[in-house]
Amino acid sequence: MSYVKGLKCRECGRRYPKEPIYVCEYCFGPLEVDYDYEKIKKKLTIKEIESRPKTMWRYRELLPIDKEPIVGLQTGFTPLIRARNLEKALGVKELYLKDDSVNHPTMSFKDRVVSVALAKAKEFGFETVACASTGNLANSVAAQSVVAGFKRYIFIPADLEMGKVIGTLIYNPVLVAVEGNYDQVNRLCSEIAMKYKWAFVNINIRPYYAEGSKTYGYEIIEQLGWKAPRHIIVPCAGGSLITKIWKSLKEFKDMGFIDKIDTKIYASQATGCSPITTAIKENLEIIKPVKPNTIAKSLAIGNPADGVYAIGAVKESGGWAEDVSDEEIVEAIKLLASTEGIFTETAGGVTLGTAKKLIEQGRIPKNESIVVCITGNGLKTQEAVKDKIGKPFRIKPALDSFEQAIS
Amino acid sequence: MSIKVRIPTPLQKMTQNKTEVELSGSNIRELIDDLERNFPGIKERICDEKGKIRRFINIYVNEEDIRFLKQDQTSLKDGDEISIIPAIAGGS
Repeated sequence: MSYVKGLKCRECGRRYPKEPIYVCEYCFGPLEVDYDYEKIKKKLTIKEIESRPKTMWRYRELLPIDKEPIVGLQTGFTPLIRARNLEKALGVKELYLKDDSVNHPTMSFKDRVVSVALAKAKEFGFETVACASTGNLANSVAAQSVVAGFKRYIFIPADLEMGKVIGTLIYNPVLVAVEGNYDQVNRLCSEIAMKYKWAFVNINIRPYYAEGSKTYGYEIIEQLGWKAPRHIIVPCAGGSLITKIWKSLKEFKDMGFIDKIDTKIYASQATGCSPITTAIKENLEIIKPVKPNTIAKSLAIGNPADGVYAIGAVKESGGWAEDVSDEEIVEAIKLLASTEGIFTETAGGVTLGTAKKLIEQGRIPKNESIVVCITGNGLKTQEAVKDKIGKPFRIKPALDSFEQAIS
Repeated sequence: MSIKVRIPTPLQKMTQNKTEVELSGSNIRELIDDLERNFPGIKERICDEKGKIRRFINIYVNEEDIRFLKQDQTSLKDGDEISIIPAIAGGS
């Protein structure tokens, strides 16, 4: 059963058939999935959603697949946690963490987009899948496409964290470490994608792939009791997630699942790679690309593809943007661990650090509901905190040695 | 003078399906004009009505984004390689 009419250029509105294409031939604008919302409304109700298994596929009609999903069947519906200790630490009344650090199977929000992309790649008849990645996407494509039986080519910047490299290699794909930053990897992949007939999940499958991120937003709303929070702090790399979270709110309003959108969206980046937050803070018309230099490697995209739309989402919602230093990122990772017992990767340090800053600045009022996006797992980026968390007490296996150590 | 230009898939219909063409020009602006001379109509796909490179197109000279150089005034020399690439791609 299909709920997708085709693709449509987000800039000029030209329509295209459902194919593995991603840019408008005329204006080079991005192609987006064009849904048949009237048909979806007849099928998808709150009652229907609530009757389904607790995975991202409970919103299936709002995802661009025509057949059944083939992988990631347990992906999504990660915890939305009321963070009471963190509320005290930050002096706010109502704070939640949407915790995709425990997403299945590879512990980041990327499992959502990859599940959709691979279903689509299969529908299109591809035998090989590929991606350009800063790590989390690499992990998810490597793991999930082995299940789906694809040949796999994965491209990463050569300086990635060891956890992300091992977390890719273990699934035995062809892993290509490119000597350059993510933007260079991405440019190379765009050229490879023109030459090789592969399903590049974030290039020619991108219109479909990106839709998977909406489920992160849908879940926040459902888990809050079909209510949107007042503030959401979202990490930005290419700017796709924040754009799709904003879209998820609008779609749920159009579907009649929520009465109104009274939510401000905040873009969050590391200062060492902040083209999106800088554009918002300085009210620039265009994004100035940068050469990234930050420990938040998963967010180190200096030339964000969806940057203009990320800015659009923030502005339309009445939100704002902020960026944090590498030191602030580490502090925030430690704060989250020491208050809520959650070990997030650097991107989670970026969002929590940003939330703290925005609360201190008074941009986010202390008495309104706040959701901080935690999109990845700290075990993958151990280098970021390795030398900043103390060391174990090393003792002899004897009682007096223990007592001496703790005295 | 010969500069190699890689043509993105959406524009290959206008270059008789050629993926690479050899052109000349002392800077990006002139190169685009030379492209237009060879393949009439292609310029308006790369540039907007004011003649500025469209915001969803990235141009690279020997792998470097021209926005880090001198934009469309970036000078070119014999043997340079140019890539014209749709901006919409990627996501970590």
